[in-house]
Amino acid sequence: MSVLLIAEHDNSKLKPFTLNAITAASKIDGDVHVLVAGANCENVTKEAASVPLVKKVLWCDSPNYQNYLPENLAPLVTKTAEKYDHIVASANTFGKNFMPRVAAALDISQVSDIIKVSSPDTFIRPIYAGNAFATVKSNDKKKCVTIRPTSFDPAEKNGGSAQVEKIEAVDVPNTSKFIKREETKSERPELGTARIVVSGGRGLESGENFKLITDIADKLNAAVGASRAAVDAGYISNDHQVGQTGKVVVPDLYIAVGISGAIQHLAGMKESKIIVAINKDGEAPIFSVADYGLEADLFKALPEFLAELNKLNTIQK
Amino acid sequence: MKILVAVKRVIDYNVQIRVKEDGSGVHTDNVKMSTNPPDDNAVEESVKLKESGKVKEVVAISIGEDKAQETIRKALAVGADKGIHVKADNYIEPLGIAKILKKIVEKEKPDMVFLGKQAIDDDCNQTGQMLAAMLNWPQATFTSKVNLKDKSLEIVREIDEGLETIEVNLPAVVSCDLRLNEPRFASLPNIMKAKKKPMEQINAKDLGIDLTNRIQQIKVEEPPKRKAGIKVANVAELVSKLKNEAKVL
Ligand SMILES: Cc1cc2nc3c(=O)[nH]c(=O)nc-3n(C[C@H](O)[C@H](O)[C@H](O)COP(=O)(O)OP(=O)(O)OC[C@H]3O[C@@H](n4cnc5c(N)ncnc54)[C@H](O)[C@@H]3O)c2cc1C
Ligand SMILES: Nc1ncnc2c1ncn2[C@@H]1O[C@H](COP(=O)(O)O)[C@@H](O)[C@H]1O
Repeated sequence: MSVLLIAEHDNSKLKPFTLNAITAASKIDGDVHVLVAGANCENVTKEAASVPLVKKVLWCDSPNYQNYLPENLAPLVTKTAEKYDHIVASANTFGKNFMPRVAAALDISQVSDIIKVSSPDTFIRPIYAGNAFATVKSNDKKKCVTIRPTSFDPAEKNGGSAQVEKIEAVDVPNTSKFIKREETKSERPELGTARIVVSGGRGLESGENFKLITDIADKLNAAVGASRAAVDAGYISNDHQVGQTGKVVVPDLYIAVGISGAIQHLAGMKESKIIVAINKDGEAPIFSVADYGLEADLFKALPEFLAELNKLNTIQK
Repeated sequence: MKILVAVKRVIDYNVQIRVKEDGSGVHTDNVKMSTNPPDDNAVEESVKLKESGKVKEVVAISIGEDKAQETIRKALAVGADKGIHVKADNYIEPLGIAKILKKIVEKEKPDMVFLGKQAIDDDCNQTGQMLAAMLNWPQATFTSKVNLKDKSLEIVREIDEGLETIEVNLPAVVSCDLRLNEPRFASLPNIMKAKKKPMEQINAKDLGIDLTNRIQQIKVEEPPKRKAGIKVANVAELVSKLKNEAKVL
């Protein structure tokens, strides 16, 4: 009766959402085992072992797992899953990629993107871009579950000392090849975990004008987000997209600028604690979810906003 | 080469979803239905590959009630050659859909299966990956660029960190992102022509697969509503509220 959680990492460090996934896994069953599959990833196993909620770490080291190709990773998870009742991963592009392959191999109907564990077999998940919440019960013997990281707090990182057990790699099909990854490098906090997010939409009109957004973000030590329209128009790269088909964020403060508030965008941010909307159209739907709405031209409001922020003597970090 | 492209009929993305009072689901009567948006991108890419001469045939498939044929007709109107309607009156979860698609793949023997990355009703994001696993094929998910080579596909995919380039051998499953292309509209003459294109009909029950859903939907509810906010008069008031009332600055 244990949970197998698949760690997301870059071979040297655990990715932050793994800690949220560990919390979710521990709500299903206290006996959480973490699988760390990667290449030369010993440091990751140590990090995982020091998380107090983790009871055991399974470590599989092989060049085949370096780039988490799902064709390679899924057979390992499938085999390791024999001894477990639940297989859990984050519902981000990492978990979404391989988990359904594991579920299919085990003939399990996967429960995607849960936001709450009601019991070990019953979960709540948003459907229709979060316009409805479904309570679902899995009748499969084993369960494959992906969890929405932002709906669970990150687990405490330090103080544990779980046992690390090495496991054998399994054969890979050699049908896919990793070529390259272009990561957007930034000094700013990660969008998924930032305390404050400042997002821009089509109202910004150009990539250059996004500087108005990034200036505020830097002042507030915030991450930068965007609507799909802004990404499609090339103002900013795809990894900034917030929404049904982008990232889900739940910061303490979300500032939406020049964003109309289509349901697909709201799906990614409407759980934020405080929402601010700056839009020149007083009827824009974004105002219906905003705690504080400012009906104004952003080209005037953003420089003023920056000036006001500069006047504050302290800003929380 | 041949492509099988999967299209799902879903509630149109512009419709405001209404949850049923009895918790059994959402209202679908008299609600506008459309093709699942990324499935339009999957169709568009298939048709473009056909136009490039590398692909000879595009077969569009939809699983669902009789009206799913409208969704297939739309794919035919923008360039797919043939339709397959697998009739099923009840909701089938992605695992079952993938099993049906596998049967059809074994029969049609395509070199590639194109799907949308996610259905905007159940938001599952599973079917393509499940199908790939069942066929033992490689997969490309969240695809935003396709380069078809002789025996492989070079793919750019959208990941949380940015972009990733991979190469997958054929045959392969490709799940498409909205940024892959700009789906075309069907012209009236092509809509008329599409009515004459072949449409095969198969009953899901006759495929010899156990399609019992494993996930039981216990209830569907409205998400909690946010309490109404206020409008502020100017930037200074906004900053003061954020600092002193919301205490987030
Ligand atoms: C299947 C599907 C999935 C989707 N997924 C997503 C998703 O994940 N994320 C997402 O964001 N969208 C998504 N979309 C797109 C979504 O439907 C909207 O088209 C999009 O969110 C609109 O972006 P926007 O608000 O920036 O642009 P618009 O809707 O064009 O709004 C621009 C806003 O800026 C305001 N504005 C303009 N100029 C100024 C100014 N000078 N000062 C102040 N305000 C100004 C306008 O009043 C307007 O409200 C999806 C769509 C589909 C079909
Ligand atoms: N009933 C269906 N008929 C045809 N294609 C489907 C069906 N259900 C899902 N698909 C395909 O699978 C993709 C992913 O769906 P899902 O896994 O449900 O998010 C969709 O974008 C479609 O391309």
